[in-house]
Amino acid sequence: MHIREQYKKLALKAKDKNATIGEDVDLDQYEKEAPPPKPLSHEELCALPAIERELLAMAGIDVTEDGRSGTFFQKDVGVVHCNVKQEGIEVIPLRIALEKYDWIWDYYWKLVSVDTDKYTAAAELELHDGYVIRALPGAKSIYPIQACMFMEKDNLQQNVHNIVIAEEGSELHIITGCATAHTTKRGVHIGISEFFVKKNAKLSFTMIHNWAEEMHIRPRSAALVEEGGLFLSNYICMKPVKSLQMYPVTHLIGPDAVARFYSILVGTPGSTYDVGGQVFLNHPGNRAEIVSRAISNGGHIIARGHLIGKSPDIKAHLECRGLILNGGIIHAIPELEGHVDGVEMSHEAAVGKIAQEEIFYLMARGLTEDEATSTIVRGFLNVDIPGLPPQLKAEIDKAVEESDKDVM
Amino acid sequence: MLVIEDLQVELAGKLILKHIDMEIQPGETHILFGPNGSGKTSLLMTIMGFPQYKVVAGRIYFKGVDITNMPTHERASMGIGMSFQRPPTLRGLKVRQLIKICAGGREDIDVEGMAKAVNFEDFLDRDVNDGFSGGEIKRSELLQLMAQNPDLLLFDEPESGVDLENMELVGKTIARLLGQDFQVKVKGDKPIRQQKRERRKMGLVITHTGHILDYVTASKGQVLYDGVLSCVENPREILKCIANIGYEECVRCILGNNTRN
Repeated sequence: MHIREQYKKLALKAKDKNATIGEDVDLDQYEKEAPPPKPLSHEELCALPAIERELLAMAGIDVTEDGRSGTFFQKDVGVVHCNVKQEGIEVIPLRIALEKYDWIWDYYWKLVSVDTDKYTAAAELELHDGYVIRALPGAKSIYPIQACMFMEKDNLQQNVHNIVIAEEGSELHIITGCATAHTTKRGVHIGISEFFVKKNAKLSFTMIHNWAEEMHIRPRSAALVEEGGLFLSNYICMKPVKSLQMYPVTHLIGPDAVARFYSILVGTPGSTYDVGGQVFLNHPGNRAEIVSRAISNGGHIIARGHLIGKSPDIKAHLECRGLILNGGIIHAIPELEGHVDGVEMSHEAAVGKIAQEEIFYLMARGLTEDEATSTIVRGFLNVDIPGLPPQLKAEIDKAVEESDKDVM
Repeated sequence: MLVIEDLQVELAGKLILKHIDMEIQPGETHILFGPNGSGKTSLLMTIMGFPQYKVVAGRIYFKGVDITNMPTHERASMGIGMSFQRPPTLRGLKVRQLIKICAGGREDIDVEGMAKAVNFEDFLDRDVNDGFSGGEIKRSELLQLMAQNPDLLLFDEPESGVDLENMELVGKTIARLLGQDFQVKVKGDKPIRQQKRERRKMGLVITHTGHILDYVTASKGQVLYDGVLSCVENPREILKCIANIGYEECVRCILGNNTRN
């Protein structure tokens, strides 16, 4: 029996299995089909209506493809545009990869279990598409690769599965944006992502979410980092969403492997975000860091982090800062678990308000109270991310800047 | 000119400044002495307009405008600037960004050049006051004031936490900010006498040690004791008096004043 059949079987068994955390979403309410989108050439992409281009730009996607090594663009259930400009980098729609390449079976459902819950099951049983992005051994992406998941059809349940592979000694930077059309209000997005960072490879993955008020988002992702590898994951979500729950799990499986997670969240009224992750530090020299900044404007934010040290000479740090601006809930759940002598693990968590003293200090330098407040908030959201290319830093700054008006 | 008339100020319901009168003419710098808790910082904070310092009576005028109820940022735009003794840490805001804020959005300012003058280039990309030593905080404050270029400068203990080596830098920078660094180096520079006459910058400096007097010429010294201002004197005389017999004497002086009144 082909392995795919086994996955289908497992998925069928799990299709009604609730997730361990997060609000339950009744998937039966959502449509699974949509007309396949028309593929667009580079020129047609550039000619998209301004309103759509702006939406994409806010999620870090530049339709001109300048300053990008490649593009993957999926709308609803199918691929609109898939292009790669740099040798040594591959961008392939997942469905094509599953049909054409045997090696894909070494990666597909290898880190995330297909029977984890009903969301992973749905991604197998009703898979729309997704991307495979791979940097061949030694290849270094000069510019980031951009990937976009766009939802246009209202009440759709979009199921995608992505696989990212940084082969030995390679360097890969990805920016991925998710957004909904202006007309779209309601829907579910299920995104499976499996990350493989091989020996001495470096992978940075920056995800900017830009959903709508009535959307439920259930990413399911996991990463494997080999000896000397670095996995850097940034997540930015500053726009309303009905509910979002994700809990990526990372395994450092070789000495000196490093994982760093940074997330910036703004919670608006009616939105629930349950975001965090787990990192297993299994070998000497492993390093892990989970840093989150959360602002609640009336939303409910749960910021989790769980670091597990299983080897001596590991270092792990968790930093969780929350600012409640206009009501809402911020719930920080930092967890540290040391299993052997010689681990070095720490966390700092703080939930509070803007200190008046800081506002007055800036007012004494000439800013109005509102300007001072927004300067402090922007500073709060400004996280130094070592190892991130300047273009991606600029995209993050832009996303934060854009949302500034909403935060105030 | 700064004019303070019969000022009474409350902090958290407690009267902390009692009937303060003060006048600083353009070009003058005054030194403010007084023991801990006497209200010195409160006076500076009140002039700067921090809302927790509640003016219950009296007026403050600056450049002929009644600023008693003016918000802090408007006072800053009118030309009042302050060097804080213990400024807060601003996480995520870089010193470089703050300097631009201080310059009021002027694009032509030379941030690097100004930073160099206070030996602070290496700190431009650090978060404001995050992990700064006492001396670094002072240099950061001075750099901000250089960018702000106010007409009335309020210094809250500019020497505290500054080592001997940096004291000269701090002292000379304050002198320059107050327009006291006269020079006749280049042909065509105005004579010192004229420069002095044209000096408009005003200063109010809180000091305990008086080290600042080695660099800054002060027109007057005043002692604040338990919220009451007394002893308008030559600052060196006051310093000598405090060093010899302590602030106790000031109390007697105040009592004496009160009896006379």
